[in-house]
Parts: sequence; structure tokens; C-alpha cells
Amino acid sequence: MELAPIFTWLYNRLLTVGLGLELTDIISLAALAVIVFGFLSVMALFLVWWERKFAGHIQQRFGPMMTGWHGVLQTIADAVKLIQKEDIVPAAADRKVFFWAPVIVFVCSFAAYVVIPFGNGLIVSDLNIGILYVIAITTFTIISLLMAGWASNNKYALLGGMRSAAQAVSYEVPMVLAVLGVVLVTGSMSMNDIVKGQSAWGGFHWNIVFQPLGFLIYIIAATAESNRTPFDIPEAEQELVAGYNVEYSGMKFAMFFLAEFVNMFTLSAVATTLFLGGWNGPLLPSWVWFLIKTLGMVLVFMMFRWTYPRLRVDQLMEFAWKALVPLAFVNLIYVGIMARWVNW
Amino acid sequence: MAKTRDLYTEELVLNMGPHHPSTHGVCRLILKMDGEVITDCIPVVGYLHRAIEKIVENRTYAQCIPIMDRFEYVTAMMCDWAFCLATEKLTKLEIPERAEYLRVIMGELNRIASHLLCIGVTALDLGALTPFLYTFRERELILDLFEMTCGQRLTYNYIRIGGVARDIPPEFIPKCREFLNIINPKIDDYEKILTENPIWIARNKGVGIIPEQMVYDYAISGPSARASGVNYDIRKHDTYSIYDRFDFDIPVFFGCDSYDRYRARLAEMRQAARIIGQALDQMPEGEVRVKVTAAFKTEPGEVYSRIENSRGEMGIHLISDGSKKPFRMRARGGSYNHLMAVPEIVKGLKIADLVAVFASLDIIMPEIDR
Repeated sequence: MELAPIFTWLYNRLLTVGLGLELTDIISLAALAVIVFGFLSVMALFLVWWERKFAGHIQQRFGPMMTGWHGVLQTIADAVKLIQKEDIVPAAADRKVFFWAPVIVFVCSFAAYVVIPFGNGLIVSDLNIGILYVIAITTFTIISLLMAGWASNNKYALLGGMRSAAQAVSYEVPMVLAVLGVVLVTGSMSMNDIVKGQSAWGGFHWNIVFQPLGFLIYIIAATAESNRTPFDIPEAEQELVAGYNVEYSGMKFAMFFLAEFVNMFTLSAVATTLFLGGWNGPLLPSWVWFLIKTLGMVLVFMMFRWTYPRLRVDQLMEFAWKALVPLAFVNLIYVGIMARWVNW
Repeated sequence: MAKTRDLYTEELVLNMGPHHPSTHGVCRLILKMDGEVITDCIPVVGYLHRAIEKIVENRTYAQCIPIMDRFEYVTAMMCDWAFCLATEKLTKLEIPERAEYLRVIMGELNRIASHLLCIGVTALDLGALTPFLYTFRERELILDLFEMTCGQRLTYNYIRIGGVARDIPPEFIPKCREFLNIINPKIDDYEKILTENPIWIARNKGVGIIPEQMVYDYAISGPSARASGVNYDIRKHDTYSIYDRFDFDIPVFFGCDSYDRYRARLAEMRQAARIIGQALDQMPEGEVRVKVTAAFKTEPGEVYSRIENSRGEMGIHLISDGSKKPFRMRARGGSYNHLMAVPEIVKGLKIADLVAVFASLDIIMPEIDR
């Protein structure tokens, strides 16, 4: 099943019905946005449930069991509860910034999916700077965390916001350098081209085979980017109670929470696209391959979270600047040499 | 302060607690912070004050024991024991052999339960959520044993003046042996998931140094002292009950840091399991309690008796005027001294280290506030 032909059909259909070119554009783009948004919302709800079940089984318990079959409806019940809750704004908060922070984090984490190739031809817009766009837009969420921390007028939130900013700045560098290795080999920043560049060997010409170090650096930086253990210091509940979102309740909190899981899915999807061959794969439809690989990556992130303690803030910085950045440079030089002379 | 022409900055004063997830109760720490670095720390105690020492003055000796359960509910058995030991010392009451063994078994089981709690919570405070569930799984087995014996899982009221409340049920001994068989492999599991974990080592090693001199200065006791190279255990050095009959070691570590405090607790759990095994083997049949009347009175006098609690020396200072009720009672718990040492330890550390140090000292607030 490929969505692209359907979309083309819809587009042509709307044109022939007699709507103007602009209106057709708007309607068909809106339809796409609804499809992607719907898919991601369901995926985020599923991931929350999955993480809770996974954590439960690691910890020798069941996780949610009561709502629906094995608790599948638990997240929906939680979401309904959060929507009903009173929206509390602290008296001394900076109201405008306080309001916009969750909106921005929500929008940015969804906006990244514009360039993610879910399957062969299943891409909203194949930007020629696709990967650059993803990195830019996911980094933007950090600004909203800082906004949330600042606007809450709470010391814990402020510390959390500051930590997340410091962390993002540090880990952005090795992450971009790791991505650069892939771009160097592919010769393009378009996500579609990157995937197609890995389609040799029957769909198994993956970048991870040639750049294992780059992949490692990417997933470590991605874990830090998504604020998950062992790099979850911005929301370290034992130190900062809840970090930047300590003053948020109800729907605004739900937006932060969902955005976190969407973010994790984004980073997994990008890792899949860059290093694991994207939607390439034999027999199964391309979007199935994409989902399998991405959910596999999500599982790796979850395993990190439920097995490791948390690093301290200075150790986190040290690790980024003293270990990851030099390694990323080494990786880049290695990739450059290999791409020039060995010619994969 | 007036704003000067230069950019004016001030220290961040952070009120950590009394309602904070990792102060283990309702402790309030006023922190002065320079960014993430703690420049000053003032502990504020008293949020959990229940006037236990005063309540005790208005109760008969037998009625005091349930109150002592609440003195420090993580090792309620040992609190009962400390109080009973003081009373018996005052009246020079001999208790039956079997009761002594039962006290040792219960006390050591309680010590393991307390250390399991401490290690789990330390891991939780460092962001590792899973080991917490694992240690609680084993703690549950101990609580089952307690429930089987005295019907309670937290505040036992089991150790009484003149012995213990009742004999153990027949299924206790096999269940207890079963527990002893699994606890050592389980401790190996914790070692695998924590001791060798590079992040765990990075977070704990060299953090929260308590030099040997500081142990003496602050009267730090228990595993926290033994992790700083002080070989001091009341069970060995001022033997009470029947601890001289058992063959066990006192694990001493010389790292002085959070990591060694954690390792000392692990090693102590293994030793406690050893003691319980020997006690089960040696335990004779017989009475478990000397009959003590409701009008039980002690000799007039004053006594200080102490036991080795899971987090340090637990002492009871009892003054009796010969009536049915204690004239004065003053209790000493290890946590108070540990908390008072925290400001000196954490100065210059990060806020995340404060949490680690706090957890590694196993500070329990009810013991401090009473």
C-alpha cells in the first residue's frame, strides 16, 4: 500500500472538480497534515502504553492491566483525565510565555515529520535540505523548554530549563557531526536520497555497516536530545521534582508529555532513515519495514531508560565535549577518507 | 541590596523540601546555590515531630513498645529491641534462650529489609528506577515472614519485655531458609546491575567523602562509619544479646565515599544472612517469654543501652523512679548525626550529588524528628 498515488489521485480529482489551483493545494495539504497528525497521535499514545508495559515487565510487574485488553486504553483514559483537569497558571508566571511554551514544543515535534520518508514515496515534502530541517526543528523544542522553565517562576523549573538548554547545545554538536558523515557519503541532504543511497545489496546496504561509530554517536546524542535516562537531567524528578514542566497541569502537561514521545519517535525515525536503510527491505511493504526498524530503535531507547542510572550535569557535559565531539570528528575524517578512496 | 552599576547577581536560595521526592520523609534543606553548585546547606528538622519521648513518659512499659515501633518504622523490630533491652537491663530480667534467638533472627531480617530499602532508594534517587522494584521484591519476602510471625508488616510490636510476643509458626523456619537461599544470588544480581555499572560508579565513587576524622567528629556510626575505615560495630565491640555466639565478619571499607557506603550495606546483608542461618541452626526449643504482669515495675535507676541498628547506633537512655511508667526516656538514632554532617559533606558539590549523598547515608526522618 502506497499513499502517494492516492494523494496524486485526490489532487487531480480536486483539480478536475473545478476547485482553483490554490484551493486544491490547501485542501490536499490539509488532508495530508491530518493523516500525519492522526498517525503520530495514535503512535504517541501507543508508545506511552508500550513503554509502561515494557518497563513493567522489566521490573517484574505487569504495568497497566485494567483499562482494555492488557491496559491498551490506559493512555486514552489518562489523556481524557488530563483534558478534564483544571488548567492552573501560577500567579507570578509570565502568562504569555507560559502559554506558548507547550504549543511550540508540540508544533515543533510534529513539524519534523514533514520530511520523514515513511515508505517508498510516502513523504509529505521531499525537501532538498531534509535532514538539516529535522535537526533545526527538533532543536527548536529546546527553546520552548527554556521558555517553560523561565515562565513558570519556579526555581526547579528554571534549573531544569537551563539544564536542557545546556544539554541541547552540547549534544547538538556530535549529533550534527554524526549526521554529516551520512550526508558526505550520500552527497545529498534530502531524506529520500539518503534512503535510496542505501538500497543496494537488496536493501541492506545500510550506513550503519560502514559508519558504526557514527551510528553510536547518533543514538547517544539522540538519547540526550530526547531527555531520556541516562541523560534525563532536565527533568530529574529526584533532584528537580519534575524539572521544566513542574508547574504545568492538565492539557499543557499532556502536550509536553506527548511531545516527548513524539520526539523519541522522530529520533528513532531519523536514525532508521540515516543509518538503518530507511524503508528499504525485501518482501514486506516499505512502510512496514520503516515501522519495524523505527519501533526497534524506540525499544533500544526504552531499554536505556529502564536499566541505567542518570549522569550528573557536569559529567554529561564532559562526556559530550571530551568524548563524543572528538569521536565524531574522528568518524567524520574516517568517513571522508573512505568515501574518497575506497568508494563504497 | 542596592543595584550597582555592574550586573548584580545573587545566590539562588532553593528550599528543597519539606515536600520533595528525595528527602526521604519531610526534611527541609535550605540550599544556597551558585548555579548547580551548592555553596551552603542548612537542614531544618522537626516536620515529623511526634514527641515520642514525651508520650513514653505517660505510658506503662508494655504500652511503650507500640510507640517505639513508630520511632523509626523502617527497622521497627530493632527499636522494640532497644527499648526492651534497656528495660530488662534496668530490672536485670533474664529472658529465655529461644527468645534471644528469635530476637536475633527478627533483628537481622529487619536489617536486611532496611538495607534493601536503602539500596533501592539510592538507585531511585540516581535515576535508576528498576533496581528499586527488585529490592522491594526481596523485601516483600521478609515482610511476609514478619506477617506470618506477628501479623504486621511495618510496625510489629513483636519484641516484648521478657522475650517475644509469641513463638514462630512451624512454617516459618522452612520459609526463612528458602529466603536465605535466594538472598545471596539476589545480592549478586544487584552487584551486576549497579556495582559494575559505569554510570553508577561515576555518580558514587569519590562523591560525598567522609574522612575518618569526620566520623569521630560527628559520631557517625553504622555502615556509614564502616565505609570510612572505622571498624566499629556494637554487635562485636559491645556485645549485647547473644551476638558473641555467632561467627560473622564486620565489612569495613576505606573509600569513605557513597560507593563504599553502598558496598558496605551489600556486604552487611550477606553477613546478616549468615547470622540468621546460624541462629536457625542453633535455636533451642522452649519458652519464648517470661511472664510479665501488667503492673510491671522496674528498679529505680538509670540505664543506657545500645544496639547496632541498620543505620548506626541506636541507644535508649532510660531513667526510672520505680513506678509503672518510665520517668524519662531519651533515644539516640544514627540518622540525626548523619544529617548534621550533610552540610559539611555537600559544600561545593552539585545538587545531584546532594541527593546521592543523602540517600547513601540512609537518612530516615522519623528517627531524627521522633
